[in-house]
Amino acid sequence: MSITYLEAIREAQAKLLRDDDRVFIYGQDVGGTFGGAFKATKGLAKEFPGRVLNTPISEDAIVGTAIGAAIQGMRPIIEMQFADFSSLALNQILNNVGTHYWRTNVPVPITVRLPSGGTKGSGPFHSQSMESIYAHYPGLIVMTPATVEDAYTMLIEAVAIDDPVIYCEHKYLYYHLKADKLPDKGLPTGRARVAREGRDLTIVSYSAMMQESLAAADELAREGFETEVVDLRSVKPLDIDTVLASVARTGRLLCVGESFPWGGTTAEVIARVASAGFHLLDAGPQRLNAKDTPIPYHPNLWSVHRPNAKNITAKARALLRE
Amino acid sequence: MLQTAQRTAKSKTKKTAPPHERFLEAFRWMLLARTLEEKLVSLYRGGLITGGVYIGKGQEAVSVACGLFLQKGDIFAPLIRDQAGRSAFGEPLLDVTRTYLGSRQGPMRGRDGNIHRGHPRKNELAMISHLGAMISVTVGALMAKRFKGDKDFIGLACIGEGGMQTGSFHEGMNIAAVEQVPLVVVATNNHYAYSTPNDREFACHDLVDRAIGYGFEGYSLDGTDLTACLDVIGSAVKRARAGRPPQLVVASVLRLSGHGEHDDASYVPDEVKRQPFARDCLKVAEKTIVDLNLLGAETLAQWRKDAAAQVDEAIATAQKEAPPEGDKEDWCAISTRDLADSFE
Ligand SMILES: Cc1ncc(C[n+]2csc(CCOP(=O)(O)OP(=O)(O)O)c2C)c(N)n1
Repeated sequence: MSITYLEAIREAQAKLLRDDDRVFIYGQDVGGTFGGAFKATKGLAKEFPGRVLNTPISEDAIVGTAIGAAIQGMRPIIEMQFADFSSLALNQILNNVGTHYWRTNVPVPITVRLPSGGTKGSGPFHSQSMESIYAHYPGLIVMTPATVEDAYTMLIEAVAIDDPVIYCEHKYLYYHLKADKLPDKGLPTGRARVAREGRDLTIVSYSAMMQESLAAADELAREGFETEVVDLRSVKPLDIDTVLASVARTGRLLCVGESFPWGGTTAEVIARVASAGFHLLDAGPQRLNAKDTPIPYHPNLWSVHRPNAKNITAKARALLRE
Repeated sequence: MLQTAQRTAKSKTKKTAPPHERFLEAFRWMLLARTLEEKLVSLYRGGLITGGVYIGKGQEAVSVACGLFLQKGDIFAPLIRDQAGRSAFGEPLLDVTRTYLGSRQGPMRGRDGNIHRGHPRKNELAMISHLGAMISVTVGALMAKRFKGDKDFIGLACIGEGGMQTGSFHEGMNIAAVEQVPLVVVATNNHYAYSTPNDREFACHDLVDRAIGYGFEGYSLDGTDLTACLDVIGSAVKRARAGRPPQLVVASVLRLSGHGEHDDASYVPDEVKRQPFARDCLKVAEKTIVDLNLLGAETLAQWRKDAAAQVDEAIATAQKEAPPEGDKEDWCAISTRDLADSFE
């Protein structure tokens, strides 16, 4: 049997609905026989009547509704149709749910699923990676699973956590990633994973950029370099200890992220490594992000707009030569 | 002494039933709110309050009716000018004074101030500044109650005519009707959003006409008339409880203060202040009391004294309490402490 990243997300939700009466799913087109724009909730409305609900195209109200329900003891899972449209819910996410526990001492356990990142032909408005925006604001946990196993266990953990979780699932990984079976348990949230060991260079990445980084590591291995690849798993909290331990072994750091280059997760990792582990570095830490333009539609443009195995390899080579 | 006795005797003969069974109770909350807010204003003028002071002067009749008919289990989402409603709903005065005066023991513990307060666990939602945002939150709370099988509950959310123009408000109203939750939305048109008059806020004939577009039932209200407020909002609450569609009440008043106490409202022209909607609801209610001889003058005086005493006590208590301290603060924005990011 093989299970895709998308199926893992569906299975996690089925399990959550089965095990916990407080869980319901709320989002555009998630219900009925349709099961969501990407089919992440396919069949769930039928299996769990009244608990997988279609909503109007009202991102702000969808999140607001989930907040109210969570304050009253429910565990809503929201599906944004695309991460990009969560911009319409920024107020509820950043200002309402993000501040609630701090202000009132009442935590708000909502999970917001964001189908994130680029795929061929999706263009400026269906391709964005928003994790760095959400991580910037206090009060939110931001998950960025890069494997089928993490997609499954982290979503289950997201709903169990008493605080709001932004769960960034990557659309490119939906069908590209497969696993033999789903695990019962994963690493806890907040712990990064060394996905590949090496001693010449550390690449830190997350979400779909893990695939590109691992491919780059394969290429670098053919050239005789051993690359350690660290999967952050959640960008907030950020497991800087695992990153520092890796940099201590390799002395060189390259951070790779799919979001835009100004600020963001890769900059955050470098800032923390530079301040806590300056002495560990044999060369200036580097980062690679998408270009500072909207995300292009045409595959020829899109494939070079995002970091990819080829330009990650080139950047790594230059860093290894330093 | 003799005079008082005479007056009592006279009033006994003329006493009539109040125009609404909860009229006097409501009036007393209004009086308390007005007394409290006047005191807050003087503290603000004396430099004793940090941050803004936003009062509900002129809106107490509408507001009190919002809080008064809610029962245990109901959800209340008050806004900027709802002191009367909050008190009637059960918010202790200490919550107010502690929040305004920055006591560590207040519900917001110095982390948020003035009107941005609440007790979500006691069904008094804590508004955020961003207008319109609390409508859908109220909807969600009601959905949760339905999911859990609770019975006989409603929600009531307040908004101004300014806040009615946000996208968030529209989305919230629409989703409320889609979900068919037992919700009452009370919109108070006080004719200004900060300094902006109605003609730059909306262009529809009457805001209540929107009710039908949202799938609500809509009612208009003279917000200066306490009896009308109790009748109309009380009936809307009853209808929501009885399972009718969500209810929209649009009340007309004039904001009888600045937007906040930093604002002298010099942009409100005199002719507006002479409009019928510019009447002071507290004075109107008091006139009803006197005209119908619902209370003796000494009782009224005693109520005022009681209100002042309660307010003074709540202020004195909060003033004695310690403020929060930066180096003792728990700087953690999530409850799952082991998932807090570390920036050391
Ligand atoms: C979305 C949003 N934009 C701007 C503001 C700033 N602001 C606070 S109160 C206010 C006026 C609100 O008018 P209205 O809703 O009619 O309520 P009123 O103050 O008249 O009671 C404004 C513009 C805000 N709080 N929220």
